[in-house]
Amino acid sequence: MTETSQRPRPLRVLAAMSGGVDSAVAAARAAEAGHDVTGVHLALSANPQSFRTGARGCCTIEDSRDARRAADVIGIPFYVWDLADRFREDVVEDFVAEYEAGRTPNPCLRCNEKIKFAALLDKALALGFDAVCTGHYAKVVVGEDGVRELHRASDMAKDQSYVLGVLDEKQLAHALFPLGDTVTTKEEIRAEAERRGLAVAKKPDSHDICFIADGDTQGFLARRLGKAEGDIVDETGAVVGTHEGAYGFTIGQRKGLRIGTPAPDGKPRYVLDISPVTNTVTVGPVAALDVEALTAIRPRWCGAAPTGPGAYTAQLRAHGGESEVTAELVDGELRVTFTEPVRGVAPGQAIVLYDGTRVVGSATIASTRRATAGAA
Amino acid sequence: MAYLDHAATTPMLPEAAEAMTAALAVTGNASSLHASGRRARRTVEESRETLAEALGARPSEIVFTAGGTEADNLAVKGLFWSRRAADPARTRVLASPVEHHAVLDAVHWLGEHEGATVEYLPVDSYGRVHPEALREAVARDPADVALATVMWANNEIGTVQPVRELAEAAAEFGVPLHADAVQAVGQVPVDFAASGLAAMTVSGHKIGGPYGIGALVLGREHTPVPVLHGGGQERHVRSGTLDVPAIAAFAVAGRHAAEHRERFAREIGALRDQLIAAVRDAVPDAILNGDPAPGGRLPANAHFTFPGCEGDSLLLLLDAQGIECSTGSACTAGVAQPSHVLLAIGTDPDLARGTLRFSLGHTSTQADVEAVAKAIAPAVERARAAGLS
Repeated sequence: MTETSQRPRPLRVLAAMSGGVDSAVAAARAAEAGHDVTGVHLALSANPQSFRTGARGCCTIEDSRDARRAADVIGIPFYVWDLADRFREDVVEDFVAEYEAGRTPNPCLRCNEKIKFAALLDKALALGFDAVCTGHYAKVVVGEDGVRELHRASDMAKDQSYVLGVLDEKQLAHALFPLGDTVTTKEEIRAEAERRGLAVAKKPDSHDICFIADGDTQGFLARRLGKAEGDIVDETGAVVGTHEGAYGFTIGQRKGLRIGTPAPDGKPRYVLDISPVTNTVTVGPVAALDVEALTAIRPRWCGAAPTGPGAYTAQLRAHGGESEVTAELVDGELRVTFTEPVRGVAPGQAIVLYDGTRVVGSATIASTRRATAGAA
Repeated sequence: MAYLDHAATTPMLPEAAEAMTAALAVTGNASSLHASGRRARRTVEESRETLAEALGARPSEIVFTAGGTEADNLAVKGLFWSRRAADPARTRVLASPVEHHAVLDAVHWLGEHEGATVEYLPVDSYGRVHPEALREAVARDPADVALATVMWANNEIGTVQPVRELAEAAAEFGVPLHADAVQAVGQVPVDFAASGLAAMTVSGHKIGGPYGIGALVLGREHTPVPVLHGGGQERHVRSGTLDVPAIAAFAVAGRHAAEHRERFAREIGALRDQLIAAVRDAVPDAILNGDPAPGGRLPANAHFTFPGCEGDSLLLLLDAQGIECSTGSACTAGVAQPSHVLLAIGTDPDLARGTLRFSLGHTSTQADVEAVAKAIAPAVERARAAGLS
């Protein structure tokens, strides 16, 4: 097996540079490997920045400057590309619509699928680049048959293959992840940045959701969707409280329910179900969260789609653990059965299937079957 | 390497660099009274006289500033404040919509923070303000106009304005007219006295002088309220220790610009015409923006729209081949925006994104034009494939 970053042929590489330390070191490593690297910062947020007519700046001009400074130090050309319209349509609006529909989306996956490895990659290829390079911690491995495989990063603690699980073989063919094949801690990456003279070495890590600058997802959704008061009910349908918008809840959530009446058994209650149609949030005991099976839609495969049922490990969240599953493709839908029941599975989340360290594919969770009660 | 972005900045003339280097080695604050100070003062005043002669002005009309942006701000804000102080009715500011941001944003700021009524003058499809349009705008209420400002030549599309006729129209009502002549000096005849302007902005680094030096050429009867307060070194209108080396080099560049202007216009203009022909030949649907007539545009400017292309994509592709030009618009975040100049002349916003400005200068050669001729068609083809994101 050959690591892509060790291929002898120099590539024309477009390095996506967020202004953070990971993407800066990734770009530096790509350049050091002999590739012809051009840096690009994606302006993704359409906030009026100045009084110029039609002005559009990234909400993080500082990030753009940090990225530019890093590119200067590395010695590569640097551009800012405005993908704000695409980002708004494909990521932000999708994020809001998913929450509105009672689901829990992962915008980073969506951004990788639709922006970095679609809008950006397509433009890069059209302009004559061979690959897009990012600071993700994941590995692209070329199998003996020449097929590209996506694998977990060498350092499992830093692994980001989950958010790249949506990439298909064609996208992977043009992806470069220079950080993925080293066992590296964040401290070591910062030390490397320092050694390379990159000022972003000490920059704090970014928020989870880049377009919600203050980290207040509920506030963001409330501004976008407005207040919509509704009932919080228990498993029997009895009203136990009210809420200001069902979109503000995530399955498995315990805090912030503000229920006056205690549960009969006195134990904490968790969000079991969100029904946007009736604007109702259902709560219940922790045991009722156990999911034994799920159905997921929009499957995407890194390579050939599996035939027949197979045993895999599955990851359900960006920083989640692995679960043993059996999965099968039936009529274009992925049917997944867990060996042991798992908690905190919400429609809208992505399930990524692994065979060892190899990413097999991903799909979006549409419905779940609870171990104790009916489907949610 | 084909450097075709002289309108952004042009290489410093060797003789200007020499004058600057020589002056850098000499101590002296031009405001000091001792021998060192007197020596510095002498350099400044000789430079002032040289520049005045090159620009058709009197030495006392040259107010040195730290560049074109400062001179524009001093003219626009300073004249607004002084004219309004003399008569509170004067709150209207007339400006062309194709001004450089140093003027446009200053004017806008007056509207936002100083109660100015900003009125943008109509322009034709070349971005030209017709004297009759200015006359009509002022005549609506001559008493409430603080000032008018129309640039001598446009930095993006190269259109030259009928400055003298505009100044005449303004003068009929006693309204001062300011012109940003940063792009015009050295390319078209610029004579301050003959122009009838009240104030005129010039800059060092666009004519082969150093960065960070410019001047407001200011008629003696005008006393704008200062933007910078301090020692009052320049007619009590502009404060700050004079930058003797930069001023000395600016004067050398100014004299060179005046002396070589006709030859520059002839030779660089011919090269520019070749470039336009080559681009049109390679990309038949390329649109030349601005006035195509020789007298109507700067001889060193060629500005195109390439339909279906993102200007940034073209820039990247040409840059990768050592051809340096500009999309003609930029902002601090580096995100390309449709140029306000193109929007003002009625260009469709999507088309306005696909522009490139090639600006030639004193170091431009036939080889530069040939490089563009060779590279432009494949670049446009690629950029079209990449599309508008």
